[in-house]
Amino acid sequence: MKEMSDLNLPADVKYTKDHEWAKLSGDIVTIGINDYAQDQLGEVVFVELPEIGDTFSQGDEFGSVESVKAVSEIYIPISGEIVEINEGLEDAPELVNTDCYNDGWLIKVKPENTSEMDNLMDKPAYLDMLKG
Amino acid sequence: MIQQPGTSGLVLNEALLWDKSRDGRCAISLPKQDVDRATLDDSLTGDIPDLPQLSELDVVRHYTRLSQWNFGVDTGMYPLGSCTMKYNPKTNEVQAARKGFAEAHPLAGDEFSQGSLKLMYNLERYLAELTGFEAVTLQPAAGAHGELTGMLMMHAYFAKKGKQRSKIIIPDTAHGTNPASAALCGFEPINVKSGPDGILDPETIAAVMDEDTAGIMVTNPNTLGLFESNIKKIADIVHSKGGLVYGDGANMNAIMGIVKPGEIGIDVLHLNLHKTFSTPHGGGGPGSGPVAVGKRLEPFLPVPRVVKELDSYKFITDCPETIGKIHTFYGHFGIMVRAYAYILSMGAKGLLDTSRLAVLSANYIKESLKGTLNLPYDRPCMHECVFNDEIQQKNHITTVDMAKRLLDYGFHPPTIYFPLVVHGAFMVEPTESESKEDIDQFIDAVKAIAKEAKEDPEKLRKAPFRTKVTRLDEVTAARKPCLKG
Repeated sequence: MKEMSDLNLPADVKYTKDHEWAKLSGDIVTIGINDYAQDQLGEVVFVELPEIGDTFSQGDEFGSVESVKAVSEIYIPISGEIVEINEGLEDAPELVNTDCYNDGWLIKVKPENTSEMDNLMDKPAYLDMLKG
Repeated sequence: MIQQPGTSGLVLNEALLWDKSRDGRCAISLPKQDVDRATLDDSLTGDIPDLPQLSELDVVRHYTRLSQWNFGVDTGMYPLGSCTMKYNPKTNEVQAARKGFAEAHPLAGDEFSQGSLKLMYNLERYLAELTGFEAVTLQPAAGAHGELTGMLMMHAYFAKKGKQRSKIIIPDTAHGTNPASAALCGFEPINVKSGPDGILDPETIAAVMDEDTAGIMVTNPNTLGLFESNIKKIADIVHSKGGLVYGDGANMNAIMGIVKPGEIGIDVLHLNLHKTFSTPHGGGGPGSGPVAVGKRLEPFLPVPRVVKELDSYKFITDCPETIGKIHTFYGHFGIMVRAYAYILSMGAKGLLDTSRLAVLSANYIKESLKGTLNLPYDRPCMHECVFNDEIQQKNHITTVDMAKRLLDYGFHPPTIYFPLVVHGAFMVEPTESESKEDIDQFIDAVKAIAKEAKEDPEKLRKAPFRTKVTRLDEVTAARKPCLKG
């Protein structure tokens, strides 16, 4: 398990209390689980993702990540429609461990209202939450 | 230092029977045919089954070797929490093998099955007496099947009242099968959290109990090994809204002869004969999960039911409100014989002592290992105690590492990562079967492992070393499963 100081938490993404990350570029939000989540879960063996076209409200469960230790639900950081899912995870779920912010992304969402991004935490706020 | 049971020794490999098979090899001589050979119509035959051809010695060695790879309660201590892996007395097997029972036929009819019917009738009465209920069905095949039976009866009860209910309350310390059994009956499980002391707070239940809620499923003692001491208040709250209380009696080994669930507000309860009543658990069992009910639910019991008239016994099916049949014939009869043998050989006092000793043993382990392992709920426990790996985490050792290492010391590991309310749970249930010497050996082994966690954590992460198969690559097994031989 990583020490707090070893966690990779980029400053250019937003975080949820359930340890997902979200990044707005153009009018699309890319979503994944963060370094803390992948480290706690351990080696990921399966990722269950929604279908393209599904719609969710902020905080809804949209899939699950299964590791050797546990199956964890994942919650969507922003309301909207799924426009793309990371199909590469089917054959290589380990990407969630090795590269959670790039090749290990989970879904892309066309948000209903980008202002919902303001409800999410930035890096300092997220770190404060982790430190409790 | 106590001499530990685990050691290394020669274990033999064994091929699949089909790999050992050779054409024409045979272990039996069929009697000489005394009728003429007749051919069957093609429509009645299929392909020849692919059965292995083996000599008697091939077969004997095969199963002997497989049995030597195994670990059972006859091999050593098996403190698998929540499972009550107690010793299965050999007399149970002797009684079940008696010709009258072993060769009984389910279609023989009441007249020719009086002994078997009497046994079932008496077993139902004994279980009713032990639990404080009116009536019992022996049909369910296991605990979760008993839960389903109970839920079906609750469903039928509300249907009869004319207003079905849609929800059921399930605490986070209930057995994992509870929400599944309820959902299978169409109830939506409403999860509630236990209080800071590990037991349910009546106010939590009062806040969610309403007239669309069928009731609550309570495991008591709960999966933290703690007695739900507010159970009467909780039952009153549920009853005041017209609901029913389901008791998961899988942990009955802690309270036999001490508490009668039927007298503390429970309306329906299942028992696990393969836990509390010493019938085989694992290895195919099969299981048996009788369900006991009070007057209110009795009309809904599965059929056929055994009744006594004068001095004879018979099955009846004429019960208009029954939920019907839930098993072929009458349930797992051979298991009923074993449980009956256990109850008769223990006697009332013996069963009471069983629970007292099971609780004493668990508390002895709890007090002896407190400090070596973290104890999240430090209060008197019932038949099991739940530790976790918080102390070992600073050396990056987790519960699974310690559980694997216990195999090297010659013990079956305890239940790990359950209940979910304790992070990294390490759940120990010694049962009454183990002597103080064997329990001390176990305590000593856990202490030695905790010491290794500090001094040589790298080694612990690779354990076990003395088993036939060492640490499995669980990641590859999950990512690239090989699903056939």
